[in-house]
Amino acid sequence: MKSSIRAFSVGLAAMVLLAASLASAGTLDDVRKRGHLICGINTGLVGFAAPDDKGVWKGFDVDVCRAVAAAVFGDANKLKYKHLTGKTRFTALRSAEIDMLSRNTTWTFSRDVDLQLTFVGVNYYDGQGFMAPKKLGVKSAKDLAGASVCIQTGTTTELNLADFFRANNMKYEPVPIETNTEARTNYLAGRCDVYTTDRSGLAATRAATDNPDAHVVLPEIISKEPLGPLVRHGDDQWADIVRWSLNAMIAAEEMGVTSKNVKAMASKENKNKEINRLLGVEELQGRERLGLSKDWAVNLIAQVGNYGEVFETHLGTKTPIGLARGLNAQWTDGGLLYAPPFR
Amino acid sequence: MSVPATATPTYPPGQHPDLPPPPGTAGVIGWLRANLFSSVFNTALTLVSVWLIYEFVTAAIDWFVLDAVWEAGSRVDCRKQGDGACWAVIAIRLDQFVYGFYPADQRWRPVLTFVLLFPALAPVLFDRTPYRSQLLWFSLAYPALGAWLIYGGLGLPVVDTDAYGGFLLTMILGVTGIVASLPLGILLALGRQSRLLAIRVLCVTFIEVVRGVPLITLLFIASTMLNYFLPPGTSFDLLIRVLIMVTLFAAAYLAEAVRGGLQALSRGQYEAADSLGLSYWKKTWLITLPQALKIAIPGMVNVFIGLYKDSTLVVIIGLLDPLGVARAVLADAKWNGLSNETYLFIALFFFLSCFAMSRYSLWLEGRLSVDDR
Repeated sequence: MKSSIRAFSVGLAAMVLLAASLASAGTLDDVRKRGHLICGINTGLVGFAAPDDKGVWKGFDVDVCRAVAAAVFGDANKLKYKHLTGKTRFTALRSAEIDMLSRNTTWTFSRDVDLQLTFVGVNYYDGQGFMAPKKLGVKSAKDLAGASVCIQTGTTTELNLADFFRANNMKYEPVPIETNTEARTNYLAGRCDVYTTDRSGLAATRAATDNPDAHVVLPEIISKEPLGPLVRHGDDQWADIVRWSLNAMIAAEEMGVTSKNVKAMASKENKNKEINRLLGVEELQGRERLGLSKDWAVNLIAQVGNYGEVFETHLGTKTPIGLARGLNAQWTDGGLLYAPPFR
Repeated sequence: MSVPATATPTYPPGQHPDLPPPPGTAGVIGWLRANLFSSVFNTALTLVSVWLIYEFVTAAIDWFVLDAVWEAGSRVDCRKQGDGACWAVIAIRLDQFVYGFYPADQRWRPVLTFVLLFPALAPVLFDRTPYRSQLLWFSLAYPALGAWLIYGGLGLPVVDTDAYGGFLLTMILGVTGIVASLPLGILLALGRQSRLLAIRVLCVTFIEVVRGVPLITLLFIASTMLNYFLPPGTSFDLLIRVLIMVTLFAAAYLAEAVRGGLQALSRGQYEAADSLGLSYWKKTWLITLPQALKIAIPGMVNVFIGLYKDSTLVVIIGLLDPLGVARAVLADAKWNGLSNETYLFIALFFFLSCFAMSRYSLWLEGRLSVDDR
């Protein structure tokens, strides 16, 4: 039964993709003709996508959308958002309602292969962790035998939790919760001993308590959650544009190009030839094939910023969320960020 | 009484005045004694209850008013000023709760639409509205006018439906759903009683299928399945898809409420109309439907209130209704954690609008039942 449903939905998706490839010349052309990019984002997730007091959407995921808009149009604001829930996001992408999805989506095999989507990279390496009240005196997740755990149902976190406790021969009592807000309320009310979700979410929840110091995020990371932007199968040129827009943000940080100095660096010969190629001072072979202008990366970095700047604005230690770079540091600093060379 | 207490007054038979009840059995004290302090156990219960109410009310007043913070830049700022409710989040984000992300310089349009709703509704709701017959034409034109004002085009800048949110979205969903489902529901109810087999089967099938499926399923069909059936690029607006589904859903329920009214009429009404030689439509329009609708009012208002509250389900498919706005607002690191305040505020809004609807229906029932007495 399940496999027949899957076959049915895959068949439908294949039909849609076929029709899509027949109907449109390419996503880039469609986007250009329309005059703005349509980017799928979260309906609200601390640090990743949220409206500010004036109603402008901001966040770490939102800035990936803005980067692509800046690369394509030279204007990061030629952009419209579609707010998607965990349930509607993939359909919206596959049915061409949106051009790209940047909605803290974990890159997994089945999403990449079975759902016929293309993950173009990782903009945040997350992982599932645990938060516990300090007064519980727990130092490690291995001490959690018999604990009651607040867990969002229907997510991969639920499966990871079961795997972790089974692997360590521990028992636990799950307290099923629907949303993050509900989980926070239940955790603070003491209805569960620990709360588990992605560590970025734990940090945000901890920051939103009246006394953040009364809670600790335990050191264990029990799952890999590489979050990144994605596009649908079938348009490699468009996938390349999104991929290299993200790479440009990461490479810019590595090479010390910031939104402040990018204009100056773009108007002179730099010692680092890669900077010249990135900023269009020297020709970057194949750029025209992507249909991008010579100063695409200059616009992107000037209007959105490099990876480090974006991180510090939305997630970093100066924000209420206060996340350290951790895995999301450049490879030169012991992190996992490693942009392929611009050559 | 002017009679001295020592004298025993005498009265002629049948003239004895009513004596006052013994002291302590009437008035406030009597009521208290009879209802609250009639036994030791009841006295104890009363005292405990009074204490509980006192504790609860004072704590609530403290939280809601006395310790509440009305002006602050963030949650942390709020907590520094007081440990009650942080209403600052509502104050600062009020525009988003009301309009969603409707462009600030165009907000006069939904406001005007909302203001015009009253002259459009008045002649429909209240039969003593002055100039009623002229105003009814305005009511008829209102849906098109409202759609034009809110969406734009023809001289006004277009505002995409993605920007609609908050109470504006609830009103759009509620008003459109109610207005569009009423005629559809009546037609379905009539069709269900039709003597033509094809029409009857069609109506019964529609009603049973739609009533047998939860609204959230219909919304998922609107938001995801329809995309598969339509060729890419032709997908029409999500809000329109949702509006259609909400209308169909309400129409199916409404049809059953109206059918109840139709079946409650005595056969004599139908037979009398037939014996006058009225055509089917004249009979329905003049005799049966007005009476049936009157009977069906409580059921219909029930459907409307349900529809209005169910509109919050659209949050699950990513539309930013008040609950969606609340989620978005709470996702701002500055305000994260203030769920009590935002949800209470939304609850208040829904309570007030639903209470108004239910009061109106009571008034209408009272007014229309005059001829029954």
